[in-house]
Amino acid sequence: MAQSADHVLDHFDLFRGPEYQQMLDNKKEFENPRDPAEVERVKEWTKTSEYREKNFAREALTINPAKACQPLGAVFASVGFQGTLPFVHGSQGCVAYYRSHLSRHFKEPSSCVSSSMTEDAAVFGGLNNMIDGLANSYNMYKPKMIAVSTTCMAEVIGDDLNAFIKTSKEKGSVPADFDVPFAHTPAFVGSHVTGYDNALKGILEHFWDGKAGTADKLERKPNRKINLIGGFDGYTVGNLREIKRIFELMGIEYTILADNSEVFDTPTDGEFRMYDGGTTLEDAANALHAKATISMQQWCTDKTLPFIADHGQEVLAFNYPVGVSATDDFLMALSRISGKEIPEELARERGRLVDAMADSSAHIHGKKFAIYGDPDLCHGLATFLLELGAEPTHVLATNGNKAWDEKMRALFASSPYGRNCHAYPGRDLWHMRSLLFSEPVDFLIGNTYGKYLERDTGTPLIRIGFPIFDRHHHHRSPVWAYQGGMNVLVKILDKIFDEIDKKTNVLGKTDFSFDIIR
Amino acid sequence: MSLATTYSTAQIRARNKELIEEVLKVYPEKTAKRRAKHLNIHEAGRSDCGVKSNIKSIPGVMTIRGCAYAGSKGVVWGPIKDMVHISHGPVGCGQYSWGSRRNYYVGTTGIDSFVTLQFTSDFQEKDIVFGGDKKLIKVMDEIQELFPLNNGITVQSECPIGLIGDDIEAVSRAKSKEFGGKTIVPVRCEGFRGVSQSLGHHIANDAVRDWIFDKDDPQSKPRFEPSPYDVAIIGDYNIGGDAWSSRILLEEIGLRVIAQWSGDGSLAELEATPKAKLNILHCYRSMNYISRHMEEKFGIPWCEYNFFGPAKIAESLRKIAGYFDDKIKEGAERVIEKYQPLVNAVITKYRPRLEGKTVMLFVGGLRPRHVIGAYEDLGMEVVGTGYEFGHNDDYQRTAQHYVKDSTLIYDDVNGYEFERFVEKIQPDLVGSGIKEKYVFQKMGVPFRQMHSWDYSGPYHGYDGFAIFARDMDMAVNSPIWKKLKAPWKDVPRPKLLAAE
Repeated sequence: MAQSADHVLDHFDLFRGPEYQQMLDNKKEFENPRDPAEVERVKEWTKTSEYREKNFAREALTINPAKACQPLGAVFASVGFQGTLPFVHGSQGCVAYYRSHLSRHFKEPSSCVSSSMTEDAAVFGGLNNMIDGLANSYNMYKPKMIAVSTTCMAEVIGDDLNAFIKTSKEKGSVPADFDVPFAHTPAFVGSHVTGYDNALKGILEHFWDGKAGTADKLERKPNRKINLIGGFDGYTVGNLREIKRIFELMGIEYTILADNSEVFDTPTDGEFRMYDGGTTLEDAANALHAKATISMQQWCTDKTLPFIADHGQEVLAFNYPVGVSATDDFLMALSRISGKEIPEELARERGRLVDAMADSSAHIHGKKFAIYGDPDLCHGLATFLLELGAEPTHVLATNGNKAWDEKMRALFASSPYGRNCHAYPGRDLWHMRSLLFSEPVDFLIGNTYGKYLERDTGTPLIRIGFPIFDRHHHHRSPVWAYQGGMNVLVKILDKIFDEIDKKTNVLGKTDFSFDIIR
Repeated sequence: MSLATTYSTAQIRARNKELIEEVLKVYPEKTAKRRAKHLNIHEAGRSDCGVKSNIKSIPGVMTIRGCAYAGSKGVVWGPIKDMVHISHGPVGCGQYSWGSRRNYYVGTTGIDSFVTLQFTSDFQEKDIVFGGDKKLIKVMDEIQELFPLNNGITVQSECPIGLIGDDIEAVSRAKSKEFGGKTIVPVRCEGFRGVSQSLGHHIANDAVRDWIFDKDDPQSKPRFEPSPYDVAIIGDYNIGGDAWSSRILLEEIGLRVIAQWSGDGSLAELEATPKAKLNILHCYRSMNYISRHMEEKFGIPWCEYNFFGPAKIAESLRKIAGYFDDKIKEGAERVIEKYQPLVNAVITKYRPRLEGKTVMLFVGGLRPRHVIGAYEDLGMEVVGTGYEFGHNDDYQRTAQHYVKDSTLIYDDVNGYEFERFVEKIQPDLVGSGIKEKYVFQKMGVPFRQMHSWDYSGPYHGYDGFAIFARDMDMAVNSPIWKKLKAPWKDVPRPKLLAAE
């Protein structure tokens, strides 16, 4: 018996002891296991280019995708408005999944309700679920707004949100003038970034275009403000706070649309804040009058930006600006639109990032990276790596499309370090596995699921992306702008140095190269 | 502060009654009427907890429940390690349930074991419009080609499958034939079926019956020589290694475990289970169906057991041994004695730190009752409990064997109710899931996830009890709970009932 009260053995140690190892060995008799030699042969075969070819020929099967479904993005966007309760119309299990997923990443509560549709609703439609659901949510959780989206069940049976919400109001579920914006978010179209886009557009449309026929359309009276949309972002807490700091430094009047930086980072002080922070509903409506709207993620605002442009604003999209040039472009755009100068303080921050890159670039220059994640994140990180003289050799976005592919190619073509780099739209992490075996790189950048790739291929993983379940609190630090670039740089460097140390720490074998100064 | 030491049972009963009434006030009338049936105060001597259960959740209330897909793919089938489980439909379901349940297994992942891979048919609009059967056929072909050492395939249906009229059974039959009789199991666990995960368990159990047992030749010989001591562990998902820290005890008393359902389980083990002399059932809720079936069809008796905490472990080992001869009975006594010093050491160390502390639970499966004994072994008291997807037979077992008089019972509790209950009762610990964890920690209430063991475990068996005790102590007595208020804002916590 290895367990003891003095030194309680956790699962990592307990099952590695001889008693359990023997037990697990004996269990094999009942498992009908494959011949170990055969397992070894197939394992090696999966590393070959022959396997890669078969793997890339897949047409139907998706294995380990790096994307989620639309309603997740809709929920993420909705909680960015003050006092807003996301309400997902359809099966209830979906909502349990979104809430768990967001909580596991942010280590925060995630509040969202479902209309809990079951078999009868599949036959008769979910109108009654909407009527009862809105009434219950309104009474129990006292929201300022309920933002409705859909699961694939409601989409397949064709429930009409506009009509359902109207009927619910007539039946008195919520007051007639209570804000219930909506968006259809079918899980079988696009991904979570599409859902973000649809939900945000739905909310703006609600406030700007007459609240589904129940109010007058707002008339745009241009002012000096600038709207900013962050997009679906695992670093929303750190990033939006950084953006606000920059706006304030520059003296720009701004509105962050879907500002969920507070609700995903509430204090522990004895009070549970179901709602916190967020774009006020008044600001959401008044955002119509802004001079311009900036999206930090082009592929999170495919529909929202044209919608805003149609209302007469200048719109501008970035691709997750990380590093020097992307931040330069962002700040110069801000300056141009607002007419405000970029303050010296930001120039100094820029200088510090350049300083840090100059100090350390010898360790990054020429290193090969594989990156996967959402399309904009991939573009932003690849841009930064190219600035560092590194090669983003494989860049993969399961939810990337053809336009993304073209944009990535243009990025690679713009730098000598991009010469041997490729983008992989619509591919998954099992494809990435083949890439890492057949064309190895030095480091992998991705979310928590990258740890399986790290284990299988030995490529060290730098965790940047969403979700990050197995490391804590990184979402609180920005990755955008100069200071964010500094954080990303340090993250990459730490991994590089750790790897060099790991390779040189065998006493009696590698006493050389185990340097104190690097 | 613990209530039990301050208030009489009658006072607690009165407070709980008032609390339920207060909570119900928030609802529209119709909802209040429905929810009232799910909330109660347990009366000693009653045969059940006096609540309705296994009824549809009410729209818009923020139920904690999941769906049938979660019950089948996430719970029952997902852990079977040598089969490929296809999340059939859009990408989300498989993505959100990918690797999050911690069913540990031993194997070469991606080669002969597939538990922590996410296989999906990733439905697009055209698959909805034209049907997904053609895609499913191709998915299976590609699995066969790229994962040649898989021992079988299951199709875990997501919502659209049942709505668009796909015939996954026909596809499964045809592909099984084409692949030389390979086990391919279609599972109709669409998320809109039933009222919670629970129907998914049942559907998954039935799928084992129909697509594995019924296809096996009953005269076929097992791959091993049968013994009189062969048992199967049913309803242990090996979360954090639970089934292993249970198996080791069963083997130590002289039994031979021929199958694990389904944590670290394999197709061969499912197939061999009808050869067992006794099925021992941990999670009654999710696997009583197949146990009853094996009793009826193969004459295999089954017995429930509880491996949380030394009191219940000893009771269970003796109960299980009771089905066998003196060799096993003596084995049980020997094992109980062997672990007594560990038990004593754990209790000596942790009980003084936990004595009198109160706990509120809200979990799924067997845990709203099964863990109560383990808390009591540490001197703690469970003052409120409820099931996410329990049925009346769960509440009967709870009432008859576990909870004390005046315990607050809440079936299918929602965010609002749970928050109010905890706020008023102020337990020393809440045990529930990830969606609840941060809510209560923000409120300053120590919390442990009792689905995933908060990334710890195992909690089963004697080895697990040491970890359980350590974890509960760590949560309840963490120094951080004394730092909630900035010192310049520090005011005494409002006393319970004081405001009422």
